[in-house]
Amino acid sequence: MRQRMPQIAVGMALIGLVIAPFGLSSYVLSLLTQALIYAIVAMSLDLLLGYTGLASLGHAAYLGIGAYSVGILTTQYGAGFWVTLPMGVVLATGVAAIFGLVALRATGVYFLMITLALGMVVWGLAQRWVSLTQGDNGIAGIPRLELVVPGLGVQSPPFYYVALAGFLLTYGLLRVIVRSPFGQTLVGIRESESRMRTLGYHVWLQKYVGFVIAGAFGGFAGVLWAYYTGFVSPTDVELATSVEVLLMVALGGRGSLLGPAVGAGLIVFLKNLVSVYTHRWLLILGSVYILTIMYTPEGIIGGIQQALRGARPPSPPLKLRQ
Amino acid sequence: MIKPFLAASLVVLSLMGWLGGSPAAAQPGPIKIGVITPMTGGAAAVGKDMVNGLMMYLEEIGQQMAKRKVEVIVEDSQGRPDVALTKLRKLVESDKVQVLMGEVFAHIGYAMAPRVDEYKVPMLYPIIAADDLTQRKPAKWVVRTGWTSSQPSHPFGEWVYNTLGYKKIAVIAIDYAFGWEVVGGFQKTFEEAGGQIIQKLWPPLGTTDFAPYLAQIRRDADAVFALMVAASALRFPKQYQDAGLKERLPLIGGGTTFDEFVLPALGDEALDGISPLIYSAALETPENQRFVKAYRAKFAKVPSYYSETSYTAGRWINEAAQSIGGKVEDSERFLAALRKVEIPDAPRGPIKLDAYGNPIQNIYVRKVERKEGELWNTVIHTFPAVSQFWKYPPEEFLKQPVYSRDFPPCHFCQ
Repeated sequence: MRQRMPQIAVGMALIGLVIAPFGLSSYVLSLLTQALIYAIVAMSLDLLLGYTGLASLGHAAYLGIGAYSVGILTTQYGAGFWVTLPMGVVLATGVAAIFGLVALRATGVYFLMITLALGMVVWGLAQRWVSLTQGDNGIAGIPRLELVVPGLGVQSPPFYYVALAGFLLTYGLLRVIVRSPFGQTLVGIRESESRMRTLGYHVWLQKYVGFVIAGAFGGFAGVLWAYYTGFVSPTDVELATSVEVLLMVALGGRGSLLGPAVGAGLIVFLKNLVSVYTHRWLLILGSVYILTIMYTPEGIIGGIQQALRGARPPSPPLKLRQ
Repeated sequence: MIKPFLAASLVVLSLMGWLGGSPAAAQPGPIKIGVITPMTGGAAAVGKDMVNGLMMYLEEIGQQMAKRKVEVIVEDSQGRPDVALTKLRKLVESDKVQVLMGEVFAHIGYAMAPRVDEYKVPMLYPIIAADDLTQRKPAKWVVRTGWTSSQPSHPFGEWVYNTLGYKKIAVIAIDYAFGWEVVGGFQKTFEEAGGQIIQKLWPPLGTTDFAPYLAQIRRDADAVFALMVAASALRFPKQYQDAGLKERLPLIGGGTTFDEFVLPALGDEALDGISPLIYSAALETPENQRFVKAYRAKFAKVPSYYSETSYTAGRWINEAAQSIGGKVEDSERFLAALRKVEIPDAPRGPIKLDAYGNPIQNIYVRKVERKEGELWNTVIHTFPAVSQFWKYPPEEFLKQPVYSRDFPPCHFCQ
């Protein structure tokens, strides 16, 4: 029975997520939608931070590129989802491919700083390229998501399910990736870059591919995000957003995909529910971060895992190698 | 690898169990006012001033409008549009508020407007001044009780040319939509009167060190027009003085450069700064004197225009609610009532909406002076009943694009 518990729990969670719209108020449902989209971003960052050991502070850039693609294409060209989706993902992938060339020249803290700077470049463009992005005012009036489904005509599905499908798809694909030989190589690089190089792996290329994949999923999340909020502005691309995503990964537990997803959910709900009761909610959020780092440096999922498994040697802390 | 699943599921399930049992019951009871405003982040102090203003008004009327109790729910937008949209949803769908008000930032105003139209719940914008919200992109359910960015600038531009006699002016303004609109309005009327804008410098939002910009200011100007906000407004006058410019080039500016929000933190460097706005705490009308006295007694500071406009927004809601016998659940009627409100004796003077939904109100030209040790914006000239279009016919005015970094173009810049 104990062996089966994980599968049962997963099944129940999945059923819970699927039937959520029937039991929850639309406000809570919107928070859940938000959490699912952030979970996609957090999981994509986990591929870098958790599996490859690269702490990126510019991940909001891809979210922003995906979101701005939707904003510009829908409001100026009346494009539909099947145009904006590939465009958003392709553009984010392209930018990640360029940024990767620059950022992966460095490791450790320098990688962190370069990604931060590259993120700021995108933010600066969003702010200053007014003719395209409408600058500080942002792009309002992004239409609700409508899908042309073969045989059914134009449908406007409940957005929650679109986000859920996006989340499950991302989780599935990333899970396949991290379990593939390629994913294992990334873990190897995280553990010891020099050893992997000695073994004959093209370390830079592996990291580069990982970086681009992470960017692509970030862009995918951005597409969903734009449809969800109906609005894009430079705040979506700013440093605070990148930091928040990084915190989601750290809080939930890096290197587990589901951990960052849980971290995303937790932060979205904490932010919105605690702030109802007190305007000092930042203090509470801060305390949660500190307590997590102090008592379960592996993140929430890591902590629960450890509790379930009993005592277990902790995996080595994330090192920022230079 | 299966264990993380279990852990994740436990978290998800417990979250859902916790949230599932919170039904939002709708029952006739108090009039609910939802307030969305930054209570944390860079604009938190502005949000505080706004909430203070509203709360003070509600206290004065005994928390009752049209014989119904009033309940205020304040939600923190953190100055972020996505958060503001989430809070908007919460206030409308969970709390079932009948009227909304708030926000500071133009981009959040633009983000919320289409949603507000979808929800069909009236929302008051007492602060957001983005021109197009009542010009080229109006929203049916948004009632602006504040002002447009260029509204004070229009009469001011002409006045500066005719009264102060400056012919050439250099501009330094924060580089975002609000800055462009304040400067654009000023440039339009100043140049139409015969003046010349000979330079435009645009430091980005958040600039705190102005030295590189001050060094570039053309010394052959007659004066400098500055548009600063919040943190930059706190630092700019001092740096302007330290650069040795104050004695050579008089400093004038947009209203927020010298508003009551920053004056208490400024010193002699701000003296003689001239700026136009819809309000001055130094107004000598009995209504304002009473307002300032009561506000100071309660919050131990001088009210800013953020406090005044929020205070007046509270009254706005009250007047509308009374005119329909407190039946605020009838949103269409409530909205119509809100648009009809006329307040002849607000602290800032008489107010009513024009056909496009922006207040017609007095514009005060104010000069920073020291009175009993404190800095005040002494009113040196009043333009009564100024519309957002000023002397231009609205249709004609709306044909020009919204003021931007490049409009009006700088003909006399080198």
